[in-house]
Amino acid sequence: MQRYEQIEPIEPIIGPGQTYATITERISSIPLTDLRQTPRGWLVGFAISFSFLMLFLISILWLFARGTGIWGLNIPVAWGFAIINFVWWIGIGHAGTLISAVLLLFQQSWRNSINRFAEAMTLFAVACAGLFPILHLGRPWLFYWLIPYPNTLGMWPQFRSPLAWDVFAISTYATVSLLFWLVGLIPDFAILRDRAAGKLQRQIFGLLALGWRSSSRHWYRYEMAYLILAALSTPLVVSVHSIVSLDFAVSQLPGWHVTIFPPYFVAGAVFSGFAMVLTLTIPIRKWYNLEDFITMKHLDNMAKVMLVTGSIVFYGYLMELFYGWYSASVFEQYMVLNRMIGPYAPFFWALILCNGVIPQLLWFKFFRQNIPFLFVFSIIVNIGMWLERFVIVVISLHREFLPSSWDMYTPTFWDWSLYIGSLGLFFTLLFLFIRFLPMINIFEMSMLQFSENEKARRREARRVQLAGDTPEPAQMA
Amino acid sequence: MATRPQIFRPGTNTLARVSIFVGALIVVEILLILIVFFRSNYWRQVHIAIDQPVNFSHQIHAGVVGMDCRYCHASVAQSSFATIPPTETCVTCHTQVKQNSPLVQPIWESLETGKPIEWVKVHDLPGFVYFNHSIHVNKGFGCTECHGRVNEMPVVWQEQALFMGWCLNCHRNPEKYIRPVEEVYNMEWVRPPNQIALGQKLVQEYNIDVNRLSNCYICHR
Amino acid sequence: MTMQSPEERVDLSEIRTRLAGATGQQYWRSLAEVAETREFQEFLHREFPGGAAEWDHSFSRRTFLKVMGASLALAGLTACRYQPVERIAPYVNAPEQIVPGLPLFYTSVATSRGYAQGVLVESHTGRPTFISGNPEHPASLGAADIFTQAEILTMYDPERSRQVLNNGDKSTWDAFVAAIAPHLAELRRAQGAGLHILTQTVTSPTLASQFRALQSAYPQVQWHQYEPVGYDNVRAGSQLAFGEYVDTLYHFDQAQVILALDSDFLFALPGSVRYARDFSNRRRVRRDKLESNRLYVVESTPTITGAIADHRQPLRASEIERLTRVVAQRLGVTGVNNAELPAGIPAEWLEALVEDLQQHRGTSVVIAGHNQPPVVHALVHAINQQLDNVGTTLSYIDPVEVNPGNQLESLRALTTAMQAGQVSMLVMFGGNPVYDAPVDLDFANALARVGTSVHLSLFVDETSARSTWHIPAAHFLEAWGDARAFDGTASVIQPLIEPLYGGKSAHELVATLMGQVDVNGYDIVRNFWRSRGLGGRDFDTFWHTALSKGVIEGTAAPPKQVTLQATEFPDTVAAIPADELEILFQPDPSIWDGRFANNGWLQELPKPLTKLTWDNAALIGVATAERLRLRNGDVVELRTQGRTLRVPVWIAPGHVDEAVTVYLGYGRERAGTVGTGQGVNAYRLRTSDSLWIASGQLRRTASRYELVSTQDHSSMEGREIVVSGTLAQFRSNPEHPPFFHGEHEYRSLYPDYPYDGPRSWGMVIDLSTCIGCNACVIACQAENNIPVVGKGQVANGREMHWLRIDRYYSGELDNPRVYFQPMACVHCEKAPCETVCPVAATVHDDEGINNMVYNRCVGTRYCSNNCPYKVRRFNFLQYADLDTETLKLQRNPNVTVRNRGVMEKCTYCIQRISAARIKGEQANQPVLKDGDVVTACQAACPTQGITFGNLNYPDSEVNRLKAEPLNYGVLEELNTRPRTTYLARVRNPNPAIEPDMPAGEHHGTETSPHSVIEPEMPADGHHGTE
Repeated sequence: MQRYEQIEPIEPIIGPGQTYATITERISSIPLTDLRQTPRGWLVGFAISFSFLMLFLISILWLFARGTGIWGLNIPVAWGFAIINFVWWIGIGHAGTLISAVLLLFQQSWRNSINRFAEAMTLFAVACAGLFPILHLGRPWLFYWLIPYPNTLGMWPQFRSPLAWDVFAISTYATVSLLFWLVGLIPDFAILRDRAAGKLQRQIFGLLALGWRSSSRHWYRYEMAYLILAALSTPLVVSVHSIVSLDFAVSQLPGWHVTIFPPYFVAGAVFSGFAMVLTLTIPIRKWYNLEDFITMKHLDNMAKVMLVTGSIVFYGYLMELFYGWYSASVFEQYMVLNRMIGPYAPFFWALILCNGVIPQLLWFKFFRQNIPFLFVFSIIVNIGMWLERFVIVVISLHREFLPSSWDMYTPTFWDWSLYIGSLGLFFTLLFLFIRFLPMINIFEMSMLQFSENEKARRREARRVQLAGDTPEPAQMA
Repeated sequence: MATRPQIFRPGTNTLARVSIFVGALIVVEILLILIVFFRSNYWRQVHIAIDQPVNFSHQIHAGVVGMDCRYCHASVAQSSFATIPPTETCVTCHTQVKQNSPLVQPIWESLETGKPIEWVKVHDLPGFVYFNHSIHVNKGFGCTECHGRVNEMPVVWQEQALFMGWCLNCHRNPEKYIRPVEEVYNMEWVRPPNQIALGQKLVQEYNIDVNRLSNCYICHR
Repeated sequence: MTMQSPEERVDLSEIRTRLAGATGQQYWRSLAEVAETREFQEFLHREFPGGAAEWDHSFSRRTFLKVMGASLALAGLTACRYQPVERIAPYVNAPEQIVPGLPLFYTSVATSRGYAQGVLVESHTGRPTFISGNPEHPASLGAADIFTQAEILTMYDPERSRQVLNNGDKSTWDAFVAAIAPHLAELRRAQGAGLHILTQTVTSPTLASQFRALQSAYPQVQWHQYEPVGYDNVRAGSQLAFGEYVDTLYHFDQAQVILALDSDFLFALPGSVRYARDFSNRRRVRRDKLESNRLYVVESTPTITGAIADHRQPLRASEIERLTRVVAQRLGVTGVNNAELPAGIPAEWLEALVEDLQQHRGTSVVIAGHNQPPVVHALVHAINQQLDNVGTTLSYIDPVEVNPGNQLESLRALTTAMQAGQVSMLVMFGGNPVYDAPVDLDFANALARVGTSVHLSLFVDETSARSTWHIPAAHFLEAWGDARAFDGTASVIQPLIEPLYGGKSAHELVATLMGQVDVNGYDIVRNFWRSRGLGGRDFDTFWHTALSKGVIEGTAAPPKQVTLQATEFPDTVAAIPADELEILFQPDPSIWDGRFANNGWLQELPKPLTKLTWDNAALIGVATAERLRLRNGDVVELRTQGRTLRVPVWIAPGHVDEAVTVYLGYGRERAGTVGTGQGVNAYRLRTSDSLWIASGQLRRTASRYELVSTQDHSSMEGREIVVSGTLAQFRSNPEHPPFFHGEHEYRSLYPDYPYDGPRSWGMVIDLSTCIGCNACVIACQAENNIPVVGKGQVANGREMHWLRIDRYYSGELDNPRVYFQPMACVHCEKAPCETVCPVAATVHDDEGINNMVYNRCVGTRYCSNNCPYKVRRFNFLQYADLDTETLKLQRNPNVTVRNRGVMEKCTYCIQRISAARIKGEQANQPVLKDGDVVTACQAACPTQGITFGNLNYPDSEVNRLKAEPLNYGVLEELNTRPRTTYLARVRNPNPAIEPDMPAGEHHGTETSPHSVIEPEMPADGHHGTE
């Protein structure tokens, strides 16, 4: 009888012709380039984002000077861009941890080339997100009253309020993500230390490397620490955005008081997070020609994740509408009606288009592997996710229980400047990161290369073996 | 690579290790300093004698002469405000006593010019605290509980830091501090050993609703 | 980023047809929900709907650095000590009755509009802070209208005149006295020829006697009176009917059937506050009072009187006369014949009305508005005689004003004399004729021909600017005086404070004219009353009782017997040409004739029906708007007798068609920073021959103007917000009125808190008697230091009123049914706001009140988002004026002045509760009873529609009302357990006109998506237009 084994060719997650040396060289060369040889493109990009950062600072200054009245807020719409942006940034801040931690635990080795990058992005996104809740306070200088600390008033925060929970959720998430990222960087700092030319450079990287000597003990401890952190941050991925979603779900406002918020906020977060990763990686892999490290396989996988999460989110929207109708409550039903045909209806339909309809294209490999499409698509999703928060916050607020208090919300220049400005902050940090730190995990890539080679060798051996023992035909006597 | 010179001296490792702890300590230090400072008597102006336009001594008037608080602070039992006495109140006695003492001069000036004597506020609660003297003195809370032994103060100072937490001590368990109404103005009053028992009795007697005492609107509006 | 609202392209006729298809009682919704598809298209290519929110539009702007400084100071970075040093300045000689920290109350009367309104003024260590009504005073009975209450702000207005001005240059009182002395000497020699006095309506006995004295000193002195919103027609009417001037007193508490012909008697009359009280006493329904009066209103401009009416018919003001004739004829008034019914009044409607009137002889009353020609008033007098109403529902008295007459003619005479140069000295006591005199008299021009003109007024206004001398006037809270109320009752005006800006009273000025130097108002007034020999020998007691009670006993005018003399009633109806519209001039509901233009409270007060603030507009009916294709905010040009006025349009449902109403009082040129330049000046169109009703063309222009309204959506969306029904329905089942829907059952995860202490507070508001007069809103603003935010902020939806009056429409577009609902924090027992505040800045106390702790608030605004009633107000910017000294003096010392970034809301007047609680506990009576705590809104309400009290005091009124079958809580289904509940609105329609709906008119039911619309409100929020 015949035994045979099919060996299908697999898509590479590292381009052909890469060796340990080339990997290390290619990646580490970017941060180690002499300041004077900084690429012009980087300078331009940095300049632009920095100017937006300045806009951000000016807006904040004016905000503190005059108060939240510089925004388009009013009664009933007392929450506006600040909260929308907060939720939007937090959502974006999810991809990093998910990619690094969860995929690590699931041993998805393809993640190695994008996790460092995603983690950095997460940190910066969370940094932006963390600012808005404070900026949106009427008296921002008293934000610390939300933190429980022994004080002379004999007062504690009011722990029934989800806003008090946010403080913990976000600070924990930020801390763990930062640690995770730093720990992951240590071996690479060591590599940079050893390859750096200038003394100062070497000393800086040396300090950051914390005396890493790649001894097996170091490696052992490192792996343990990294795994523990991964285990720690995995639940956070779920908790943070669940708690953020409670900011709305706990209230009794039609359109906010929805029990499915936690799961679908998390899905939405992952959705938007991956979108942002795509938005960033696609150009960068081009500019720094890292196509060999961030291959089609990565893009394809990310696209698949987005298809799944996107569909969950879409389901969420439909469920909201369904329950609005099914509740048989005048208020809920009107909320649905108002979303679909009210004055802000275009935003709702745009949202459905961006997050519901377009992602369905990803069922097709053609779109998943079409890089220009993916880029545009990722931006569409970013917009869509922003719109989702706009729909939830503004449309629910502007027309609720008593028609006498219904009103419209119109953002002002300062609403926009603060939003654009936060993008400035994000990209400034990002540019600094890709310029001065290894944006791809060098040693993990090397390990990846090793395992890839191993796989290749085993596959080769297998084929030889199969070729070897083909049965001979039997002889007649 | 082996040929490359070392970047750091061997001691650096220790330095690095130490720096971790030092860093942590510094943070803690700063927090502690802040906490201590904002509770300090300096910051709250406690036990700091305050100069007044008139060298008025409560020690002499309330202590040596033994005048009753209400002689000058007349509205303490009817109003939220205890009243800083008008010049004429001083005059009533000082036409008889120490007319010519230079210390009393400011009174005569004020009387002639009609310009009030501008006293410096010693116990200065924030504007959003609506303290009411009358309810306290009428329910058995002595002057000394907040103002200290004024009869022993040549120049008045703030005895208590007036933290909200401090107010709440009493608003949450008044029995620890309450005294019989007739003893309210008694500077010499000391809490008896059976204060708690007595206190509970008085709280009953003056039907003080302890639950309500810690409602926000009792002091804030 | 500014857009137009979708309505602009929505065709009203289409909506009308849709509406025609629907049946039963409908509630409108905004057009935004009507034409979905079109609207969707509309919006698709828009980035953001709605007008641009200008981020700082209004209020005192500060320089960036100053603001920075301020905000840093707020951040507490500037203090090296935790508080800056404060000083206390005690009295040198303490006044007798003043106990620092305790307020004192003084009686007085406000004379804002000539007639006396009894007031009780609260004073804190010498500074008046709050005006409420005087229960002893017949015109008030404890209530107060918006003007009277807002006077406190006017008194402290930093822009009041502080200087005697001579041709605009700073001068002094002595200089003035010296300067006019020679003139006066001359005039004496000339027997006073050439000396003219111009006053507004005068009811002050003292001033009258002074003028008589003046006349004896200057025999030929001419005394003219002019009141821009005067009662000439009313007077002329009585002249016509009885051959003499009489005032009519109405006793609405006796009237079962009331017919108001263009008369806004609940607002516009000197006795309106009292009338509202009497009306509501008869109106109110309870389990044990199953009857109510019935009000028919025929009016041109929608008014609050029309809003509370059981049957309202819009009719052009110029056609009211014809209707009156018909009614008179049908009731058999002699001298009226062949009158025919004006189009627009259904014959059967009239039948039912006449029937109703006839059935209620002696318990009915007919009343006509001051804008109707004399003959209408004469007819109305005849009708009332015919119905035997005289002596029961109304009575006649001698005129209250000192010198009744035709004010218009007297002003005309004056201007002619001035033009002819016969006026050597003109002394004007108050008033602002340059601004508000009929335009054809051209007063300003005439004034230029006067030798010496003297103007005594609170502000340096248009007239002062053109006078030789301007004398700053003393406010009535600053000077002695006296005045008589609508029923003749005289009161002494006692000042509470020295003139802040050194003003002079009218009495002092007259005295000066008679050469009496340094006599003060006190002596003048006191001596006058002594001279009247009142109180007999013991004048001092008399004087003190007069002051403490606030009224002088026995001065009310006795009823007067008059006989009808009019035999025929000449036809004076001036038909409006077919190609022209009727142009109506009405006093503004917020700033009257313009004298309150610089009062921020009144400017920002939403007008009862349009909810417009800071502007006047040309009000037109829906059909007219439809015919002329006009939208809110379209600027139109009104043209009459060759004069034109450009004014923005506002569509007022219920306004009669082919007519346009313009409110007077706006477009001031020299009112002060608050009033100057707000709105348009309707006096520019107002001529002496058509003071009230003119005719002219309306031409649309290309331009638009931003009108700001505080309520954009007038439909209840089929929600149970204002529950209403008819008396018949209520009678059918008093315990369970059919217009209520099923019971709501309450479940909660949290255990119920017992609230078993001595006090637990609650409020009940009776919607049947709420007339939407806004008195409560101003009372709240004055009591609680609520800031004025300015037009721009209101446009952004940031008005700060803790108490607002929601206005809903239902029914047909052209003549809707109107519902008022005062809405403030309802103090939910399960308050949604409390659970979401992260710093516990809003918490419940053991008396059931939802406390707002300003100093703990960090401004997350979550509480507002979670408040289903949207009654919380946020200081988005620094609204409270921390700079102006005099405004600080006005503030209530027991209420915190809120800074930027803090949430605020109704507290049930917690400061009043605290005062009462402390008083009670000191007296060992912790259980507070009715009257121990009266909230500001409750005290001000003319109809006693608001009841507040202690639910734990068994027989408190509020408990009784909460047990009433009509009692319900708004949005109860959310299980918020509101402590402020409402009594359903019960109307009393005539079954002959409105057959009873057995099902009850319930709001939840007959609302189909397309059937209900709201023509006047764009969807773009507070931006009426752009």
